[in-house]
Amino acid sequence: MSHYVGSPSLQTRTLPHSAQTQHAFAERVLRLGRAMWKHRWLYFMLIPPMIYYLIFRYIPIYNAQIAFKEFFALKGVEGSPWVGFQHFETFFKSFYFNELIINTIVFSVAKLLLGLPIAIILALAIHESRFMFFRSLVQTVTYLPHFLSCVIMLGLLLALLSPSSGMINEVIKALGGQPISFLTSPAWFRQVVILSDIWKETGWSTILYLAALLSVNPDLYEAAEVDGASRWRRIWHISLPSIIPVVVLVTLLRLGNILDGGFSQIWVLYSVPVYSVGDIIDTWVYRSGVLDFQFSLATAVGLFKGVIGLALILFANKIAQRVAQQSLF
Amino acid sequence: MFRSSREDWGFQLLINGFLLIVLILILIPLWRVIMTSLTPLDVYMRGGTPAFQFPWDWSFAAYAQMLTHPTFPRATLNSIIITICGTTLSLALTVPLAYALSSRTLPGRKIIIALILFTFLFHVGLIPTYLLVAKTLGWTNNILAIIVPPAVGVTNVLVMMRFFEGIPEEIKESARIDGANDLQVLWQIVLPLSKPILLTIGLFYAVNYWNEFFTPILYLNDQNLQPLPVLLRNILIGQNFSEYVDYDVSRAASIESLKSSAVLLTMLPMVLVYPWIQRYFTKGTLLGGVKE
Repeated sequence: MSHYVGSPSLQTRTLPHSAQTQHAFAERVLRLGRAMWKHRWLYFMLIPPMIYYLIFRYIPIYNAQIAFKEFFALKGVEGSPWVGFQHFETFFKSFYFNELIINTIVFSVAKLLLGLPIAIILALAIHESRFMFFRSLVQTVTYLPHFLSCVIMLGLLLALLSPSSGMINEVIKALGGQPISFLTSPAWFRQVVILSDIWKETGWSTILYLAALLSVNPDLYEAAEVDGASRWRRIWHISLPSIIPVVVLVTLLRLGNILDGGFSQIWVLYSVPVYSVGDIIDTWVYRSGVLDFQFSLATAVGLFKGVIGLALILFANKIAQRVAQQSLF
Repeated sequence: MFRSSREDWGFQLLINGFLLIVLILILIPLWRVIMTSLTPLDVYMRGGTPAFQFPWDWSFAAYAQMLTHPTFPRATLNSIIITICGTTLSLALTVPLAYALSSRTLPGRKIIIALILFTFLFHVGLIPTYLLVAKTLGWTNNILAIIVPPAVGVTNVLVMMRFFEGIPEEIKESARIDGANDLQVLWQIVLPLSKPILLTIGLFYAVNYWNEFFTPILYLNDQNLQPLPVLLRNILIGQNFSEYVDYDVSRAASIESLKSSAVLLTMLPMVLVYPWIQRYFTKGTLLGGVKE
């Protein structure tokens, strides 16, 4: 406002007003400053986590610019020359584009469509069981695989599926059949991945449904009992509706992450013979980037997945807010 | 309350029968691995792993062979170091972050939460982080590469933040009136009240570090630094089996027994600890809602 000072007429006309806004502004700055000073120790605490976020979460986003560059290790991220959308075009036109997208979505959707009903039935069964000890035993045992590393799952799968000594192949041999190399057979690989994921995660995913079932008012069941509703009708009309909101939220969240497919699990289980049915976006990014040194192309594919993924999860969140009046994050 | 009719019994039989089948399906692979690991070499040579065994057929040779070779104990030690250092660092970053953000009057709180959430929702993939850790920081063959990059989990921050928000303001305010600053309030007042959430979040971090196998393979070439899951993977699919175990037929264990014993030994710490800490996991997950 200092440029008004030279003109007396303007000054007299504008002084009360500008002085007022100036005063209000100063007041606000002062109040903000006081609030910040009051919380100075909190800002002090925030320094290490903020440095962590800057380095390990935001520098990678900055590094992602190599998706639009031809990355040379010697020239570094900044020094490498720009090439525009060349790597994206390479990816879209490549023969593996369809394969990667289809594989990724097949795994995500199959795990969801098969896993969800099993989890719901399991939760309802656990909830209805009246043998308390057995109930908690089932919960403990079915939750456990969630906490095991994917490598342990590989060990367990080999014990079942190995062509030389796996249990299932022993049974096949005993019945007079030829042993099947499940993990390296394109006809079987997807089924193995999907079923083993269900084995690992279904129990744990019942937790949210069980919590929803426990929050149902017991009076409802009693009233239905008095009205002569059978057990099945009570499950259908009281239990099931009570978990629908959770089912909707879980489904939306999973659909928002549809491009994930389950990197760790597939990375541990897959091998060259099953790339055509098992390779997902993330595993391809790893191979082409880390193993084949195509850093720019791999980053472009990763960035493509990231942008679509961001849009999907925000969209899923909008629907969740509208349908279930709840945010996903 | 319940009609103790035949319908009830039939119903209970049905659902508990279903639960029993689920239980068996979960346990079959474990049973098979246990059996394989305990099968003596001569029994295995005669007809593979039997479905059931009597006590006099057990052999712990595979376990003995696994544990006496230096590789397995060393990998266990590496895993313990990674888990302890990683969990400590994770909590040291998560607690102050969550506590600062739990103060609703903190100027800039919303911006910081938005910046954190953004990194949670938007991923640029593996390569930019790989370039940072392996090339810029040069952490190849350095366990910092395993410990530091995944140190803060957004979900864990938000769960802990919500817990801190639930601590009554009056308790903190009275400490402030006595002249304590926020750092002292956190350390002396809030943290002693937060043991359950610290344990829960700490366990989540610890399990992730304990199970991590991809980043060690990505960043650690030195076999001496590899943690347990990586060693197990090498044992299961590796070509040079003899590098990890003294494979010696005279010591009476088949390769299959050795592999199975490695699976079980890797699982064992988790299986032993898990039943005692299960309730903390359940509580933590419910606090986090649908977010995993």
